Order: sequence, then C-alpha cells, then structure tokens
Amino acid sequence: MSATSNRYRVSIEADPTVPMIRITRDFDATPAQLMRAHTDPELFARWVGPDGMDTKILDWDATTGGRWRYVAIRGSEKYGFHGCFHEVADDHIVQTFTFDGAPDGVALETLRFEDLGAGRTRLHAQSLVDSFEGRDQWLASGMETGIEEGYAKLDALVAELR
Amino acid sequence: MADDELSRAFAALADPTRRDIVARLAVGDATVGELAGPYDVSIQAVSKHIKVLAEAGLVSQSKDAQRRPCHLEAEIFGLLTKWIERYRLQAQARYDRLDAVLAEIDVEQRHPMDHRHLEQGAAS
Repeated sequence: MSATSNRYRVSIEADPTVPMIRITRDFDATPAQLMRAHTDPELFARWVGPDGMDTKILDWDATTGGRWRYVAIRGSEKYGFHGCFHEVADDHIVQTFTFDGAPDGVALETLRFEDLGAGRTRLHAQSLVDSFEGRDQWLASGMETGIEEGYAKLDALVAELR
Repeated sequence: MADDELSRAFAALADPTRRDIVARLAVGDATVGELAGPYDVSIQAVSKHIKVLAEAGLVSQSKDAQRRPCHLEAEIFGLLTKWIERYRLQAQARYDRLDAVLAEIDVEQRHPMDHRHLEQGAAS
C-alpha cells in the first residue's frame, strides 16, 4: 500500500490545565475523504483498531443527533464502545465516546478537518473528560487494550520514523 | 506507578507557576530562595508549591544539607513521558491504518471509470 511509505507523525498533548487530550495528524487526503472515512461504517471499522482486533459495527447513524455503537473483538475478548453524534458538519464532527466497561464515563470529542490545500488535511482531535483522574486512567488504559504484541511492531515503526 | 500517583503528578503540574518551577529545576537544583527570585511571590508561596510537587513525587528536598536545594525527580517524568508515548503510538497505528483506507478512497475517486472499463474489456 503506497500510503504506508508516506506516514505523518501523530502529535499528542495532555493538557495540564483541563482534562483534555489533543491529537493532531496530517493526511494525504481531502477533508471530504477524511469525513467519509470517519462516517462510513465499513471504512471506519477498517482503521479504528486497536491493532490485531476486529471491529464490528452494531449501530451507526452518522448524522447530527445520531448514534454509534461498536465492539472490538479478538477471540473471546470483547470491548464495546458507544456514543452519540452530536453534530456532523462538513469539516467537523462533535461526538461522545463511552467505554461499555465504564458506563458513567464519557468523553466529549471534537474532530476537525483543516484543509491544508494540495490534497492535504490536518486532523485536530480533542477529547475532554470530566476529571483529571478520568483522563489519566484513560491514558493509562491505552497500555492494556490489546496492544501487547503490537508494541514490538510499533517500536520498529517509530525507529523507522526517527 | 499507580493511577493515583499519576493523577497527582498531573494535578501538581496543572499550575503554571509549578510548571515554571519544574522547568527551572530541570536545568539544575535550586533552593526555595533562588526559585522565589524571578517570581512575584513570597518564599512561603514557593515553599507551598514545592510541597505539592514533593507530595506528587516530582521534586525532592535534601534533608541534610543546610541549603536544602530542591531536586527534580527525573525518573517520574520519564514515566509520564513514556506513558503518553504509548498512547501516542496507539494513535499512530490507528492513523497509519486510516492512511491505507484513504489511499483506496482516493484511487476509487480518481479512476471511477477504470474498473468499469476493465470489466467491459473482460466481458467482451
């Protein structure tokens, strides 16, 4: 796949003043293409991950006021997630995100697709949770969710990028 | 490192003056008096900030030396950085997969006729 030779680096920031995580990442695609990859359930299921897990979409209505639900599966392991599409506009999506295992927890996510011209787009993704504890547990949870065997691969990938 | 320790470390760093103090200590150890110098705050106020940073495990103060210089615990910062890096790598892997999906969408949009042409060619 030609895209794999053309990776852009993810930058991530854990805001020290509000319980927010910000991610930015460039893509060789138009905002409309990125929007499609985020709203078409078949396309979304192919990339959302985590690594080595299959994503099964159970409910999907990517319109303002709509909702979504999917489950990440590997063997007998299953992790469910759900939320609402609060707003789906031309160049941004406002949605909520909840892990079924912690149903009281909810993140408010804003995804913005900034047109850089010449077929490039910068994704600005921010996730706001209701406490620093919640944010930090969430960050820490990234260390457990089915990426053990992916680490070696990812380390190699990062070495490649440097 | 337990979750509550991590939360304490992040909470301690939520204050801009404490972040400045940490940045200053990253250069080298300093006494509370030296740290208070550049700020419009009392030594007592700086002492309070140091106490919060110390409780979060980010800063230590030597007990024996008379100057009692403050010292940045670089190890805990290493852990915080590593922890965020793991999360970043997950996002990196996710968006690398998205690259591949986008490349396909792009080909499909640029050459919508190619497939039909090929199919027709194969049929005839």
